[in-house]
Amino acid sequence: MPETIAFYVFSAIAIGASALVIGQRNPMHSVLLLIASFGALAGLYIQLDAPFVAVAQIIIYAGAIMVLFLFVVMLLNAPQEDAAEWDRTHPLRQGVLARFGSLLALLLVVELVWALLGTSDVDRPVGEQAGAAGSVRALGKVLFTEYVFPFEATSVLILVAMVGAVVLARRESDES
Amino acid sequence: MIPLGHYLFVSAVLFAIGTAGVFLRRNLITILLSIEIMLNAVNLTFVAFGRQLGGFDGQIIVFFVMTVAAAEAAVGLAIVIALYRHRESLNPDAFTALKW
Amino acid sequence: MMESFTAVVPMLCVTVAALAVMGAEAFRARGENLPVGGLGIVGLVGAAAASVLLWDRNAVSFGVIKADNFGLFVTMVLLLVGVLTIMLSAPVVGRDGLPKGDYYALVLFSIVGMIMMATANDLLVVFIALEILSIAVYVLTGIRRDDPQAAEAAFKYFLLGAFSSAFFLYGIAFTYGLSGSTRLDRVGAYLAAQSLSDDPLILIALGLLLVGFAFKISAVPFHMWTPDAYEGAPAIVTGFMSTGVKAAAFAAFARVFLSAFEPFSGDWAPVVWLLAAATMVLGTFVGVAQSNLKRMLAYSSIAHGGYLLVGLVAANEVGKAAILFYLLAYAVTNLAAFGVIALLGAREAANDELRDYAGLWHTRPALAALMTVCMLSLGGLPPTAGFIGKWYIFSAAVGAGYYGLAIIGVLTSVVSVFFYLRVVVMMYMADGPAATSAPVETPRVALAALAAAVAVIFYLGVLPARILDLAVASVATIF
Repeated sequence: MPETIAFYVFSAIAIGASALVIGQRNPMHSVLLLIASFGALAGLYIQLDAPFVAVAQIIIYAGAIMVLFLFVVMLLNAPQEDAAEWDRTHPLRQGVLARFGSLLALLLVVELVWALLGTSDVDRPVGEQAGAAGSVRALGKVLFTEYVFPFEATSVLILVAMVGAVVLARRESDES
Repeated sequence: MIPLGHYLFVSAVLFAIGTAGVFLRRNLITILLSIEIMLNAVNLTFVAFGRQLGGFDGQIIVFFVMTVAAAEAAVGLAIVIALYRHRESLNPDAFTALKW
Repeated sequence: MMESFTAVVPMLCVTVAALAVMGAEAFRARGENLPVGGLGIVGLVGAAAASVLLWDRNAVSFGVIKADNFGLFVTMVLLLVGVLTIMLSAPVVGRDGLPKGDYYALVLFSIVGMIMMATANDLLVVFIALEILSIAVYVLTGIRRDDPQAAEAAFKYFLLGAFSSAFFLYGIAFTYGLSGSTRLDRVGAYLAAQSLSDDPLILIALGLLLVGFAFKISAVPFHMWTPDAYEGAPAIVTGFMSTGVKAAAFAAFARVFLSAFEPFSGDWAPVVWLLAAATMVLGTFVGVAQSNLKRMLAYSSIAHGGYLLVGLVAANEVGKAAILFYLLAYAVTNLAAFGVIALLGAREAANDELRDYAGLWHTRPALAALMTVCMLSLGGLPPTAGFIGKWYIFSAAVGAGYYGLAIIGVLTSVVSVFFYLRVVVMMYMADGPAATSAPVETPRVALAALAAAVAVIFYLGVLPARILDLAVASVATIF
């Protein structure tokens, strides 16, 4: 029973905070709310027997990525949005498209619920087939054997992102 | 125990919130955050399925998604900074350059 | 043990070349001018040699990279695109003041991602490869930091790219949840066993993956980013991404949908039919109305994506081989066309409006002639590669009974000839800004690349049999 309560509390926080993220005008508040949402998701991961993912979620997402966001928000010193000229930069933000987009999002939920209702084995509790508890050692073993190629490929990805971020964010005067 | 469907439902709602955010928000930072919400929704799906299927595949894929999210965030924010720099230094009318 | 590494050798070669470029740039003395592009070409040629050696071996590495003939054919196309891009970039990089080392490194890294995507046998690897190439290309789009239009284009491209990869990833999540694996062979085995049931989750997974791919190949209605990204990026980068990204995405698209999701072709074929028809029609008719050459070619490349989709719908023996042949023909032609645009631009002015081309023949006859060949090939006129490519695509559609698609394809091709010929006519006009400007010498490396591209266009147009046989042999191995 406490598990059920925890599930509903975490889910409510995750969904509520995410909804508030896109309801905010101040990007600073959005970032902080998203951190709350990620924390709640970490709680759900613990319930799903994935403690390592939960920790990584906190450290990497909330700790690193969101701090990067916060840093940029402060760097740009732009707490208030809606600078009119930005609208043109936003490809999807046009009266019709925005309405179409929200409709699409709604449709997605309806569709997914329909799909979930039509599938038989979703009612099965997730804990039933607990094959392996999330021990870091076993996890690492699979990561470095079966998933070694994606792992190495990720290093290229990070290198590209690093080079790219430097190229784009570097000041003009550094050139030559 | 909580049925798998509940987790999938939560993740579907989160994904939809992210999608709606990309369409509805004007702030470039908030749009990037919306994409992060979408990726996190997918992560929840992976972990929930992984729990049901047994094994570590679901959890390991989540690590890769986190890496991708970090890479995307870094480049996305760098582009935002570049855009801001032009907005500061240039006449905003220059932004009309690309019609939609 | 060595055997298990062989399939990754081509992408390893390119990765090493990219790292060498970065290293050379890092240790470069100030003011020293290093031919780092040459390093890249060495790596690409090495990768090509490795691919030739791997031919017919069906090497599999780590269980996730499968260097079968299909993947190798696309790899060769991508390497050709890479070599031509680097050769055509040589004069442009210096002229536009692009950061040289970063530029070449990013081009090479994105080729690594493309090769990975074309040979991946695992949805997770497809996703990571997609991200590698996409991130590199987002940055290349915005690499001109003095140009606000480039930053804007980069942001639009990034936003919709990241948005679509989230959909793609969600599709992977459902596929994994259903089949218990991301490996394409296991997914295929699972789906084959399910082919009679209509589990809605399978359809959801299918739909999400389709949306993800449709964004990457800019199929209508997921094409919104294309014209702006293509127009805002430097012309040579546009050439690179309109060919390389499309080829890699199509290769993965074909592999996923024609192998793993083949049992469900009854569900996805009608949707792809619609996408193909809408893409051909919109790409062509909006393209006619453009006055900017880059934007026109952006719509033209959307339309060409539609023709490739026709091959995917028709999915018979001819259709699958025709996709590969068309990819090669389109890649070489489109890249050469954008190469000409890039060479004609200047740092201050892109010179990519249609009227800038008036009278080009009188000042720069070589470029005008090369551009003419490209336009004829894009329009699908004989004796060029484009004609043969379209011929096989449409005959595949007819062979599979998709008469409607074939008719739409032929009609849109005819309309498209109009706007390609408009460029040609423009160039031979007597008076125009280009006619009065002083003649400029075209850099020799770039001219060599263009000449090679045109030679390939004519070779494919006149003697297509050999390459076509290779394409047929390539698809025979996997589907």
